[in-house]
Amino acid sequence: MPENPFPLSKPDLQKAYRIMRTIREFEERLHVEFAKGDIPGFVHLYAGEEACAAGIMLHLTDRDRIASTHRGHGHCIAKGVGVREMMAEIYGKATGACHGKGGSMHIADLGKGMMGANGILGAGAPLICGAGIAAKFRGDGGVGITFFGDGASNQGMVLESMNLAAIWNLPVIFVVENNGYAESTSVDYATAVDSYIDRASGFGLPGVSVDGTDFFGVYEAAGEIIRRAREGGGPSLLECKMIRFFGHFEGDAQTYKAKNENEDNRAHRDCLKSFAVRVTQAGVIGSEELEAIDREVGRLIDEAVASAKAAPLPTPRDLVTDVYVSY
Amino acid sequence: MPRKISFKQAINEALDLEMSRDPTVILMGEDIVGGAGSPGEMDAWGGVLGVTKGLYAKYGNRLMDTPLSESAYIGAAIGAAACGMRPVAELMFLDFMGVCFDQILNQAAKFRYMFGGKAETPVVIRAMVGAGFRAAAQHSQMLTPIFTHVPGLKVVCPSNAYDAKGLLIQSIRDNDPVIFCEHKNLYGHEADVPEEPYTIPFGEAEVVRDGKDVTIVSYGLTVHRALDAAEKLNANNISAEVIDLRTLSPIDWDTVIESVESTGRLVVVDEANPRCSIATDVAAHVAQHAFGALKAAPQMVTAPHTPVPFSPVLEDLYIPTSDAIAAAASKLIGRAAAR
Repeated sequence: MPENPFPLSKPDLQKAYRIMRTIREFEERLHVEFAKGDIPGFVHLYAGEEACAAGIMLHLTDRDRIASTHRGHGHCIAKGVGVREMMAEIYGKATGACHGKGGSMHIADLGKGMMGANGILGAGAPLICGAGIAAKFRGDGGVGITFFGDGASNQGMVLESMNLAAIWNLPVIFVVENNGYAESTSVDYATAVDSYIDRASGFGLPGVSVDGTDFFGVYEAAGEIIRRAREGGGPSLLECKMIRFFGHFEGDAQTYKAKNENEDNRAHRDCLKSFAVRVTQAGVIGSEELEAIDREVGRLIDEAVASAKAAPLPTPRDLVTDVYVSY
Repeated sequence: MPRKISFKQAINEALDLEMSRDPTVILMGEDIVGGAGSPGEMDAWGGVLGVTKGLYAKYGNRLMDTPLSESAYIGAAIGAAACGMRPVAELMFLDFMGVCFDQILNQAAKFRYMFGGKAETPVVIRAMVGAGFRAAAQHSQMLTPIFTHVPGLKVVCPSNAYDAKGLLIQSIRDNDPVIFCEHKNLYGHEADVPEEPYTIPFGEAEVVRDGKDVTIVSYGLTVHRALDAAEKLNANNISAEVIDLRTLSPIDWDTVIESVESTGRLVVVDEANPRCSIATDVAAHVAQHAFGALKAAPQMVTAPHTPVPFSPVLEDLYIPTSDAIAAAASKLIGRAAAR
């Protein structure tokens, strides 16, 4: 058995791969199922960006909070939200994570520290400052992480929150998932600074930029800034430069992308492929072991789709419940 | 033991009692302590009008002075509430909702429903409302109807010191987001207020004056104008019943309907602009549910459909006066306006 050169144990490496594969399968399958017309509304897929969610969330436990985005399926899965409940939610079923009242853009599981996907871009940044305040008052060492895209990085509330977190030294991390596109508008057009590190320093925050398709790079950078936040060292910004395999939403013709951009990215910048090459070449995990995980995940997603389709719909009574805790 | 204290002191006392009772109650807002990081003294202001003065000495860092970043700190209060705290955030003037409304409208108000009943967001957002302070168009609005329009929010607007204390304690203990509206021209108003903590349940209006000829419904500052109007009407042998709604969401329809069924006439007084207001809401509800009891069409006495003007001669015309209320009631009864 060769020595493990990675900063994770073999079981943790397998866990990381399983999370990333689960996200990929979940999203690829949604792409197919959405096209059949069974899924109401619209969905924003995280395929291609898995290393960011997995590389960060492996450092977290349920006491840590995250505030996600409209492209939140990957964050949910990596934070431990049940795949069956998620799928049922996306199908608008009563058994869904939010009983069918939230949908793809609002999946939440507060018990797991998942404060919600969010249809308002950048809105998680103020909320995560609140999670940081709560952690600080409790003194439990918990951290809060908010994700936002390169597009939402230009929201005023994100910028206000970076300043707030900095002056209060909150255990909060701002993760820019820079996939190059705000819907269809390029980051080069919409963002004046060349580097998010410059923007972080403008708020007095340490900033780190990593290749978000490299699980190990994300894992290492996130580990350092999460440790610092837990120890009272305050907030940081992490930029993950990544790839969006699909469009902004399903049905997006993606004519704003370069010719063959998606194909090239899938061929050369697939975070799952690069992870598999690294761990198999190092001889830590065999390719047959990864294939076994692939099959297991495939069955999980098959089962999640089948159970979501068969699940009961909300009843008319559900329309008017749970507006308030007390009336 | 009741003693006379002001509306402002009643708010301070409610915050003090709840902070002492529950360590998860924290306060956030601009200058709620005052002097943070400055060379002079801390607690220099205790809020822009001194409402939170003195609490810093008792509770220290549980009061957090914020930068001028309403989206960030109102959102942080909401996020902290979703993580088990009971923050009371002061928005200073409710007019400033314009720079943080997403966090109230799309976050706090929606969490419970959107997350399938799994979230609780026990946040209170305190803010000054209302005109008469010579503060012009951006610091004087009565924006209550904007918040009552949003399901998931509770909206409170007390008219006196006793109610302010009981309703604020209830708001802090309540597990839903509450918009707590404090009329700035009531801050000096005094009433008998017990020293001990007490709560006033939401959705219970108070009949503040009994009468048999006409029902006058209002909330906040204009309750006092309605009571003045009732005195004037009484001099003209018209007996007016005055109802203080106290909470606008939830709203106590039963008390309003019961009164109108007894008097047969309704005047609604609202300091908000007239379109889609508390006045239209009450008038419509009564028309739909007690039409048979009405002897005449409901009357609405409201601010005009204008921004709040600065010049005192104009602003004094803006807020509904007791004369205008008395005139509306007299018209319903078919008599000349009382003077």
